[in-house]
Amino acid sequence: MTILAIYVAIFIGGFFAVKYITASARPNDYTSLKTVTFGDESAVRPNRAASVISIVTIFLLWGSFTGSSLIPSFLHAPAAFTGTGVFTYTVDADGKTDEGTVTVNVHEADGDAAVPAVAPGDGFAKNDSVSIVKYRSKLLRVDANDELGRGDGALIVAVNGKPIAPGGEVMTDFARVAMTPKGTLNIEPKTGWQMQPLYLPPPEKVASRLVEISNTGFRNSTLWEHLGYSLFRVIVGFLIGAAVGIPLGYAMGLSNWFRGWFDPVVEFMRPVPPLALIPLVIIWAGIGEVGKIVLLFLAALWIMAIAARSGVSGVNITKVHAAYSLGASKWQIMRHVIIPNSLPEIFTGARVAMGVCWGTVVAAELVAAEKGAGMMIMVASKFQNTDIVLMGIILIGVIGFSIDVLMRWAERLLVPWKGRS
Amino acid sequence: MSGLTIENISMRFDLPNGGSVQALKDVTLELKPGELMSVLGPSGCGKTTLLNIVAGFLAPTEGRIAMNGHTVQGPDAERGMVFQQGALFEWMSVRENVAFGPRMKGEREAQYGANVDHLLDVVGLQDFKEKAIYELSGGMQQRVALARCLANDPDVILMDEPLGALDALTREKMQSLVLKLWKETGKTIILITHSVEEALLLGERLLVMAPRPGRIHKEYRLPFADLGVDQDLREVKKHPDYAKTREEILAMIWDMEEEIMGRTEESA
Repeated sequence: MTILAIYVAIFIGGFFAVKYITASARPNDYTSLKTVTFGDESAVRPNRAASVISIVTIFLLWGSFTGSSLIPSFLHAPAAFTGTGVFTYTVDADGKTDEGTVTVNVHEADGDAAVPAVAPGDGFAKNDSVSIVKYRSKLLRVDANDELGRGDGALIVAVNGKPIAPGGEVMTDFARVAMTPKGTLNIEPKTGWQMQPLYLPPPEKVASRLVEISNTGFRNSTLWEHLGYSLFRVIVGFLIGAAVGIPLGYAMGLSNWFRGWFDPVVEFMRPVPPLALIPLVIIWAGIGEVGKIVLLFLAALWIMAIAARSGVSGVNITKVHAAYSLGASKWQIMRHVIIPNSLPEIFTGARVAMGVCWGTVVAAELVAAEKGAGMMIMVASKFQNTDIVLMGIILIGVIGFSIDVLMRWAERLLVPWKGRS
Repeated sequence: MSGLTIENISMRFDLPNGGSVQALKDVTLELKPGELMSVLGPSGCGKTTLLNIVAGFLAPTEGRIAMNGHTVQGPDAERGMVFQQGALFEWMSVRENVAFGPRMKGEREAQYGANVDHLLDVVGLQDFKEKAIYELSGGMQQRVALARCLANDPDVILMDEPLGALDALTREKMQSLVLKLWKETGKTIILITHSVEEALLLGERLLVMAPRPGRIHKEYRLPFADLGVDQDLREVKKHPDYAKTREEILAMIWDMEEEIMGRTEESA
């Protein structure tokens, strides 16, 4: 909730700050002279300052709430307590009262776990000490070493001078001290606002994991092998899917019989999510490469068939008529009119299919695989290596994005007439 | 027998709702080689249907089309077609579009190159021959379409409102170009138009068609196309018969339109 509030505050604050700073440097191109911008989609251009602030904010929040060493410490959210804290407790035994102290060493999981040495002190309530790992809590029977303990009718009545009863609690400067119904103290050092590395490791830890795994590999394979296997499956599955789907789509767009025969199959299979096929494919083809490629083939097939079909039906009939009256044969019309005319649609389909295939391969590897990006994050999550999981997610995103950029670039190069006829 | 013969063409087809449409009824025509005929009529009179039948894209329910003595079965390079718009191939350059017909016949660059360049000169697009189609204006695109049709050397050129999508000034220039090409190449041309002025200027013969069922209403033989070959079209329009014929045809078409309106109101 706090994080969301900070995010919204930066969103709004950034808007006014950028508006104030750039007010004098207003561009004078045609679009900026438009007065109607609300409702004119072409007048809405992404504010690049907002993009930069947005990305910086994400990393800032990430760093701040994980105590990252990359950002100055005054930007950190309050950290969990570590170090030594002391509180006193008061024992009442039949009207006689005495005070003892409890010294708590809150340490990092891999830090110094030594229990602080304390003098027992005078009176019947002896001083105690305990060692607790950061983010954990501990039950402590402070009266265990006292001369008059629970069995003698002694009761703890106050902590740091504040009265406490079974089921109650007292906040000290470093911890919450609660009493169980049986009278034992439960010490919970303050956890602060930062996330535990188990849930969200700081960015530099993810980066160093990336360096480490790209050098030493993960589970007997290098990082590039894991990513390469995923990419290989996607590319092979997509290519086979396209090699079958495009001719099938053309046939459906050109022949009544093909259209009638395959329409029910394609229309039924199209809305079936490829993920739903994973169990069946595993039963049929196992968890090896064949199974993955069959799954991706099925994911790409219907998309490509439908793209090719709509590419054929999208051809302006006057172009076909013109080609016929220029003396072209059926084959020449296929080669020179229908195929080039359907390329823009096929490229759109290919972009969608590549995206779906990439998502499907990761999901399939989550279920079962020897190698692959999805397998990497799945195994890492079982060992609670959250940094590897995050690293894997980021790499999967980067690769998916790169595939789309590459496809768009190829599209501009190969079908420059798209959307211009 | 050379030329184009249209013999008793009728066209009638069923509608999905059970009714049927008589698009054309008993249309008979004969065009000699080198004739320029414009076809005019209110919308729904079947002029585009007639053109599609002549081109071979539609089969008539009765009658036949004969081209140089043989019956027309389907589209063929001997009957070229110029469409209103959208018939050029965006994935080819201007020159590749113009060379499309010869290339489909299997000719090589050495065979068609000179002719294609000549035609690009004639339509004034020599400087644009390597441009993409979507970089050209509407008027330029229609000049490409004309050149592409001529490069294939058809016997008959069928034009389906080729200038309909152009602005008035470009249209006038293109009308002169069509007349010039007609005289230079000696092609038989059938031109469909909505514009009475265009029909008068671009028709040695002018056919007025009537709707429901589509049929030939009246045919004119006019001197304006011949005059327009050498003269400015604005001069041609000053010819004493021009205004008179235009008014006569306009009145005729207005009557037809009113009759249609009346019939629709009755049936409504």
